[in-house]
Amino acid sequence: MAEKLYLDIVTPHGKLFSGEVDEVAASGADGDFGVLAGHAPMMAILRIGAFTVKTGEKTDYYFVGSGYAEVLNDKMIVLADSAERAEDIDVERAMEKKKRLELLLAKKENVDFTRAQASLERAIARIRIAKEYAGK
Amino acid sequence: MATLRDIKRRIKAVRNTSQITKAMKMVAAAKLRKAQGRMLELRPYSDKIYEVLGNLSQTANSGGHPLLMRRPRRAVELLVLTSDRGLCGAFNANVLKAAARFERELRQEGVQVSLSAVGRKARDYYKRRDIPLRFSLAGISGKADFSHAKQIAASITSGYSGAMFDEVYLVYNEFRSILTQQVKMVKLLPFEHEQTEVEEAPKNPVSYIFEPSAEGLYLTLVPKAIEIRIFRALLESQTSEEASRMTAMENASKNAGEMIQRLTLVANKVRQATITRELMDIVGGVEAIKE
Repeated sequence: MAEKLYLDIVTPHGKLFSGEVDEVAASGADGDFGVLAGHAPMMAILRIGAFTVKTGEKTDYYFVGSGYAEVLNDKMIVLADSAERAEDIDVERAMEKKKRLELLLAKKENVDFTRAQASLERAIARIRIAKEYAGK
Repeated sequence: MATLRDIKRRIKAVRNTSQITKAMKMVAAAKLRKAQGRMLELRPYSDKIYEVLGNLSQTANSGGHPLLMRRPRRAVELLVLTSDRGLCGAFNANVLKAAARFERELRQEGVQVSLSAVGRKARDYYKRRDIPLRFSLAGISGKADFSHAKQIAASITSGYSGAMFDEVYLVYNEFRSILTQQVKMVKLLPFEHEQTEVEEAPKNPVSYIFEPSAEGLYLTLVPKAIEIRIFRALLESQTSEEASRMTAMENASKNAGEMIQRLTLVANKVRQATITRELMDIVGGVEAIKE
């Protein structure tokens, strides 16, 4: 596996990652998938979830809010609405947010339901990924 | 002739003004740096989303996406971006002038024009002229974020899908450098991705694997790209505003400095004249007593 995959992760707040990697695992809208060098051209919608990048012996964990991924000629572009490195996740803030949103959703009034739900999902995913990462 | 006191008072007033303009320049410079940073952060994302969308449109049929449909041009919407506050040189005037010129041209062709305004300056400009606005948003200068872009995009796309207008243009100040900002007019809808990307891609279509489907991708990617384009224009406009204000305030400070110099000169002349006159009075008095 000499070939490498070139990965770009960009968000509206800047470039999060750019460089050569060995292996990528992402959460697609239709299920999780992995990408290695030499992957067939692909476009996918990403759902909120984990995103792992393997380079040599090292594995990096990311949180990715919904977005898109394109794979073409050993180049992968990830367009994320939001994305963070697992070690940068503010777990306390996510916990707080989760609590607040759960209360809000329980009340079931005056709420932009889909938005709150998505927000909650993001918070939960953040917590999960941060824990997973801490466990490594 | 003005008395010494009047001139001194004026010098003081000008000096006060120049202190304000100097302070405003500093503030604008700080805000400019911030705005420029945000603009640069967004750039890779917006470039990539067009790249992806370009690849998508080369391989998959859009399947009649409502935002990609072309219709004969009967009604056009202009979205004008200005600032909320003035004192920034010709920033707002340039945009409004360009918009007015374009509007006139369209009307001459018999095209209906509707207007949307972002920024207090544009809103007030049209209000003063009793021109109805289809949509307006003000008070976001300096703190525009993605939710504002979403809000604007929602209004525009719903109007477009509802066939209220057949084309949408965006008029705003593009940031070239701190010294130059240029009014730019871009077509927002029907959506066309810029053809500037000279991908080495040979035109043979790549067969992508789509997850979940090409239609699904179009459905979410196109609106997102529109939001991003509006967001980018908002940030460009904001950066230009601060740059323009900085230059304007710099000029104002310089002019104030020149004015103070000129007034000081006059004040000195008046002072000397007074002394000379008093001396002559005294000498005259002494001569009179002698006789």
